[in-house]
Amino acid sequence: MSLIRATGLRKTFGDFVAVDGIDVEVAAGESFGFLGPNGAGKTSTMRMIGATSPVSGGELTVFGMDPASHASQIKARLGVVPQTDALDEELRVRENLLVYGRYFGLTREQVRARTGPLLEFAQLTEKSDAVVESLSGGMKRRLTIARALINEPSLLLLDEPTTGLDPQARHVLWDRLFRLKRDGVTLVLTTHYMDEAEQLCDRLVVMDHGRIVAEGSPRSLIAQHASREVLELRFDVADHAERVEEVAGIAERVEVLADRLLLYVHDGDGALETVAARGVHPLSALVRRASLEDVFLRLTGRSLIE
Amino acid sequence: MSRAHEQGPTAPPGSAGEVASVGGSAVDDAGRAETPTGRVGGGWRAVLGYWLAVYKRIWRSTVISSFLAPLLYLAGMGYGLGALIDSGDRTAVPGVPYVAFVATGLVAAQAMMTASAETTYNVFGAIKWLRTYDAMLVTPLRVVDLVRGHLVYVLMRLTLVAGVFVLVSLVLRAMDGPLALAAVPVAVLGGLSFATPIYAFSATIQREEGFNVLQRFVIMPLFLFSGTFFPLAQLPMGLQVIGWISPLTHTVALTRALGLGPDSPLWLEPWRFAAHVAYLALWAGAGYLLAVRALRRRMVL
Amino acid sequence: MATGTTAAPARHALPFPVAMARPAALVERNLRAARHYWLTFVSGFFEPVFYLFAMGVGIGALVGSVDVDGREIPYAVFVAPAMMATSAMNGAVYDSTGNVFYKLKHSKLYRSVLSTPLRPWDIAAGEISWALLRGLIYSAAFLLVAAVAGFVPSWWALLAIPACTLIGLGFAAVGMAATTYMRSWNDMDYVQLAILPMFLFSATFYPLATYPPALQWVVQATPLYHGVDLVRGLMMGDLHVGLLVHVGYLAVFSALGLWATTRRIGTLLLT
Repeated sequence: MSLIRATGLRKTFGDFVAVDGIDVEVAAGESFGFLGPNGAGKTSTMRMIGATSPVSGGELTVFGMDPASHASQIKARLGVVPQTDALDEELRVRENLLVYGRYFGLTREQVRARTGPLLEFAQLTEKSDAVVESLSGGMKRRLTIARALINEPSLLLLDEPTTGLDPQARHVLWDRLFRLKRDGVTLVLTTHYMDEAEQLCDRLVVMDHGRIVAEGSPRSLIAQHASREVLELRFDVADHAERVEEVAGIAERVEVLADRLLLYVHDGDGALETVAARGVHPLSALVRRASLEDVFLRLTGRSLIE
Repeated sequence: MSRAHEQGPTAPPGSAGEVASVGGSAVDDAGRAETPTGRVGGGWRAVLGYWLAVYKRIWRSTVISSFLAPLLYLAGMGYGLGALIDSGDRTAVPGVPYVAFVATGLVAAQAMMTASAETTYNVFGAIKWLRTYDAMLVTPLRVVDLVRGHLVYVLMRLTLVAGVFVLVSLVLRAMDGPLALAAVPVAVLGGLSFATPIYAFSATIQREEGFNVLQRFVIMPLFLFSGTFFPLAQLPMGLQVIGWISPLTHTVALTRALGLGPDSPLWLEPWRFAAHVAYLALWAGAGYLLAVRALRRRMVL
Repeated sequence: MATGTTAAPARHALPFPVAMARPAALVERNLRAARHYWLTFVSGFFEPVFYLFAMGVGIGALVGSVDVDGREIPYAVFVAPAMMATSAMNGAVYDSTGNVFYKLKHSKLYRSVLSTPLRPWDIAAGEISWALLRGLIYSAAFLLVAAVAGFVPSWWALLAIPACTLIGLGFAAVGMAATTYMRSWNDMDYVQLAILPMFLFSATFYPLATYPPALQWVVQATPLYHGVDLVRGLMMGDLHVGLLVHVGYLAVFSALGLWATTRRIGTLLLT
């Protein structure tokens, strides 16, 4: 059964087209991602799914219901983690969960019973009486996620869940999200981090300028739109385009970036040997597996984070 | 009942940029003009420049609380209530129309209100919300520059507010004679006697809730019970004592003497003039020292 | 995993009908927040009391008594109802402008709330109920103080409490609608521009008859005038049909405010 079904979904703000006719279907239990740079239309899409932003065109159902007529019913079964935490700073940590649960019409006993385990899950038990302002960025994010889980949602929407967090905090957060996934919660997230999409998503769509430019599992997207490995070469030149000639023919495809060349190859080490054999000596060379970043570069001609 | 004062956590995000530009240019100037004593930086003038730049952007919205509100009080209390009082057999001061009594008190009360509005949320916001002070202190500016620049700005605002009010009062004949103009610097001093201790308070508190308490337990009662609208002598003795501690009572004594002129029964002998001024200066001076100390404790860890 | 699809009518709900279950969640939220800001809560009571004594005792000594419809009334008795009514207005406006603006623009509280089953109407109803609840406590406390001070001659004064709730409803609803148009804190000064003249000129400090006839019409058009005159009639035990006109005026004023607020919150946040 699909929890979300969008056909030709559009969102416009005046003349500006934020989402330009996308088709998406998310099944129960899936982990689904919207990957794209800032301004690709991810957040607008998420807000339409969350029934807080009216659909401008096309069709959208969430849990089989129309957000226009059943907003409250949809929201009752959703957990929403917005891009900015928007925690209630006038309340303490535990109170944020208690009060939020009451918004869902849960009884005090229900809310109280759920708060403890959720604080535990968010690793905030010791902080339960702390002032929200005193929490670190990672803690606030975990509290926001815990808050979104208070109504035991079957679908969790996460908008840029780890943007702005340090690497350690990101890994802690990913670990929490893995657990939810394992417990059968359907995750829908947006991100502009490839590693995040690769870590968390079973399936994803790549968005650019309000449209979907590719769809599939991270692995299949890489297989389809990039090579197995990538050789990165840096030279001591102002413009790396000057050196493209010297590596011609080695790779299936070469991308010129401001500070390096990317050679898309099946065998990175082999390609590096060939480069050396030609008498070309870069400042540095790096062989890595192809990633979604490469997919995005291929599809749009731009990198994800600029 | 001025509850909501000109700036809450006023300036929208844009002003953070202004801090950088004002502070930045000051450093450039000073880099070239290093003084023999080795002092580097734009000093308090650069900080004053920042506050003036902010004021230039938001002055329109302050017109209401700075200029219109006191005139409305003058109309409502002075003329309206005055009609009722002057027609009866009792008066605030024999021979003085009630509107003149109120006008000469309001100029001082308005200075207190302005001082409080300019040194509460503005200071707290610069410390905590906009982090303006953080941005300033990574430049060669010192903590004293921050306090001085801000207070000079407050002084300018006070002069403007009191000056306009006195001029309008003169036009309306609610004040009389050239001496009334001297009420302006006196009101400014009275304003500063509130500005500096409140600055210290704002630099000390951790939560803005303190401002509600300040407003309702200090500013509001003083506004009402410092002789602005009725003579202090009418109050029970206990309240009179509080009234005499209040710098506003002393400011009002001075502005009223000057605004009503030497012929009024409220004219003061020279030593009384001096005593009131000294009392106000004491508050302003002590408050200044406390303000610098409080801000240093807060910002320099 | 899915829980109840709609807000289950809370079991405890006593003072609120079922339709108020969702707004009640927001009231509960504000109550919790107020516990952390109890000093602010308490201080709200003192302001009108300070005004009452400054005006009643201080100015009262200068004025003596006031002529109301041919009767000589001590000034304190005349001014106390005005202080009670204006404080109901001030409290409601303060709650629905500054506090709501903070939640709308700074803490983004309503954005979070709207991703739960609460709807814009629930937010408007919740915030306004809270303002009224708070105002109710202040009004009752004020009345008690005024009565103890001997400024309240009639038992009808008890009805001044619900009258103040009606005043609060009107100003909270209109204030909240106005807040949705505010861009920055500086705009709070425009709120002052509306409140201050009403506070000073709505027959608060001196009788309507003091004004020239043309101005009397202007004064009578303002909502606070109707509030003051209603509360004054009740507190002095001076009942007449005109009081019903005041009630009608304030009811319409409130309805307009509620309608505008609900619409504006929807267009502002559900985009």
